[in-house]
Amino acid sequence: MTIQNLQQLKDLQKKVTTEKKKFHKKVIVCCGTGCLANGAKAILDEFKSVLSKKKIRNFAVEAVTETGCHGFCEQGPLVAIEPEGTFYTKVKPKDVADIIEESIRGDKVIERLLYTNPATTEKTESYRNIPFFSHQQRIALRNVGNIAAHDIKEYIAVGGYQALYKALTKMTPDEIIEEITKSGLRGRGGGGFPAGRKWRTCADVESDVRYVICNADEGDPGAFMDRSIMEGDPHGVLEGMMIAAFAVGAHMGYIYVREEYPLAVRNIKAAIEQCEEFGLMGDDILGTGFSFHIRIARGAGAFVCGESSALMKSVAGEIGEPRAKYVRSVVKGLYDKPTVLNNVETFINVPLIIGKGSKWFAAIGTPKSTGTKVFSLVGKVRNTGLIEVPMGTTVREIIYDIGGGILDDRPFKAVQTGGPSGGCLPESKLDLPVDFDSLTEAGSMMGSGGMIVMDDKTCMVDVAKYFLSFLVDESCGKCVPCREGLYQLHKLVVKVSEGRGEEGDLEKMEKLSKSIVMGSLCGLGTSGPNPLLSTIRYFRDEYLEHIRDKKCRAGVCRELITYRVNEKCTGCLACISACAYHAITGKKKEVHVIDQDKCTKCGACVAVCKQDAIDVF
Amino acid sequence: MVTLTINGKLVQAEEGEMLLAVIERQNIDIPSTCNHKAVEPYGACRLCTVEITHPKWPGWKKHVTSCLYPVEEGLVVSTHAPEVIELRKTLLDLMLARSPKAKLVQDMAAEYGVTRTSYEEVPDGNDCILCGLCVRVCDQMGFHAISAVGRGHGKEIAPPLDEPPPDCVGCLACAQICPTNFIKYTDAGNKRTIWGKEFELIACERTGQPTITKEFAEYLSKHRDIPEEYFKRNDLTHRRELAATMGKISQWQREEEE
Repeated sequence: MTIQNLQQLKDLQKKVTTEKKKFHKKVIVCCGTGCLANGAKAILDEFKSVLSKKKIRNFAVEAVTETGCHGFCEQGPLVAIEPEGTFYTKVKPKDVADIIEESIRGDKVIERLLYTNPATTEKTESYRNIPFFSHQQRIALRNVGNIAAHDIKEYIAVGGYQALYKALTKMTPDEIIEEITKSGLRGRGGGGFPAGRKWRTCADVESDVRYVICNADEGDPGAFMDRSIMEGDPHGVLEGMMIAAFAVGAHMGYIYVREEYPLAVRNIKAAIEQCEEFGLMGDDILGTGFSFHIRIARGAGAFVCGESSALMKSVAGEIGEPRAKYVRSVVKGLYDKPTVLNNVETFINVPLIIGKGSKWFAAIGTPKSTGTKVFSLVGKVRNTGLIEVPMGTTVREIIYDIGGGILDDRPFKAVQTGGPSGGCLPESKLDLPVDFDSLTEAGSMMGSGGMIVMDDKTCMVDVAKYFLSFLVDESCGKCVPCREGLYQLHKLVVKVSEGRGEEGDLEKMEKLSKSIVMGSLCGLGTSGPNPLLSTIRYFRDEYLEHIRDKKCRAGVCRELITYRVNEKCTGCLACISACAYHAITGKKKEVHVIDQDKCTKCGACVAVCKQDAIDVF
Repeated sequence: MVTLTINGKLVQAEEGEMLLAVIERQNIDIPSTCNHKAVEPYGACRLCTVEITHPKWPGWKKHVTSCLYPVEEGLVVSTHAPEVIELRKTLLDLMLARSPKAKLVQDMAAEYGVTRTSYEEVPDGNDCILCGLCVRVCDQMGFHAISAVGRGHGKEIAPPLDEPPPDCVGCLACAQICPTNFIKYTDAGNKRTIWGKEFELIACERTGQPTITKEFAEYLSKHRDIPEEYFKRNDLTHRRELAATMGKISQWQREEEE
């Protein structure tokens, strides 16, 4: 069917919602990548097979929805039952029959499947009362985890494509750009460039052809914001892109997505096909005469291809190397034509801004960083997963209220934000409001929204070493400061971590970093030394300890630590069999001894010791 | 015309010209390895970085690679600002760690007072400085026979799959543009070998000396409208023939005058 006007769109919305009202309950099975890996597919199949044999009043298999990621992957596979919001965690196929019997046919809650708060050991029935969810404000993730991603009707049922209709019929391109500018929306991909200003520049350049590209090349280790959005709400991204295209006058768009995201690619592809089928994409969209097509360009997973100019080269089929942007890509981008490039999360905010107005959006967050931001909260924190909070929320609120504090109640040491180009913030910055400018000022950056929490068992030199080694591999290798500079910087950090550090090495690293920042061609190089510089800035003592005292206080840098058995040892022999290098000797019920010459400091003994009898220092 | 200031001196330049060209015209010596008039600017070595300011925006200062930065009215350029010199030193120091034996790098570094690298020498370093000139000139010729392979520190220039490149015609443009003479080839009799591929050279009909490869001649006659016959004589023969023709012409002219 082809939708020609708003009435038809609203009729369809009404039809789908009425169909849903037949069922007294809605079951949501999270089929985000995390839950799928944990076996969500088997649960979904089990629901289908049980329900095909069983008749329940006011309920049928159609009320079981396969949705995108809920963000609480750690507790997956997840099943939620609406309207109560009953939330079951770590569900297994064998639990499905019980869920159907107790919670769908009946109104009972299955105690054993509920979420247990690790701090209070209390069980919570509705996900709305779980701190991990209750402290969030989900705007970009509004539909992720609520609707079936593969069905355009579900998106239309929640009011989808009405913003597009409004933009196409009731607004001029200038008004749209004005609205986006007033909303204060800034690029979610890392740079934080005002989206409205970018669109304005693109629209003002004289050109016969313009492009809109969605950057879905999410490459930061541990980040999966864009992935979840594309998997869970692909139509939201498409709608945002179409509005952008109409505003700047583009008729062709690309989504540059990593080949490593098969589900995202599949869902986006299906969404595009459905849009075309419904007359929401292609020629003469919604009968307005506006034409726009979207193609998927799949990236092979080079981190540097998230950089705008490298990305555009890759879309064009060339080697993904950045170029100097003295002429910006918004003026001369893909195929040398003016190009608007925004991130997935930026585009998904657009339909809401057009639908609800810029005032509504600008009221969320801080005056200079409006709206919300999605973060992937990982590391040594109790609740890991995907979260969305208003800009300006403090680091403390994110880690302690949503994240539930540090794992095993260990002391907080640092939080790394912004991915490999970002930096580490210490305890003194816990009350820092998370927004574009505050983070940059503190020596880190927003980036695309990675947040890695570290406890006292994390060595900051080791952290810098890890991120530098990532960047050495991911540098495109075109310019000297990034290719050779980061390589040498990594070598210097390795030298310090191995206890070969000398006086003056810190200064040498700082000087080299300055040259890399000043001389590099693209953002990868200019921000590359950030992990090192920010850890030196806040944890200088730890570096000096490695250099002068040859000590790693976190017990991480192998060359600088020793494992020793203390008097708590009960002589259980567990560590002896765990040691692959036969470095531990001892008899039953006698304190064991580690032979330092044989010990490789792998940590296998610590992992098996139940008495906490092995010290690392 | 655009007027700008370079090292305190007012200078005129054509609209759209790159800064480096204007700087070089002033006989100011700044190092650069990846820039060449035969190909488009690339901005890989970063050695030609200069400091720019503008009287219109007080306090604004930027470091840009002059090979890629188009001239601007009123721009104030400093080619040897202290920060810029410091950057060049570091860059040459880094290049020396990778290519300690490359004469070009040694000489440039020496000019900036760097005679030995202060960094760890790269274990598998060689004379290739990855300036990309060879790849760009090959693309410019229209062959696309070689390209950069891999990324980051392990990047290298190579033919596809490290096999003799099917698109190479043995024109030697890559070897001749290479600033460190890293790209090697051999000419022995009527055989030429480059990138592991063997070519047969056309022999000059008159002297028997080799001219260019058969593949290159075929390409030129097909795409550049030069008759294949032309390549059956070497440069010397062409010159001799030209001289003989000129001699004949002047002979006729003299005869006519008489």
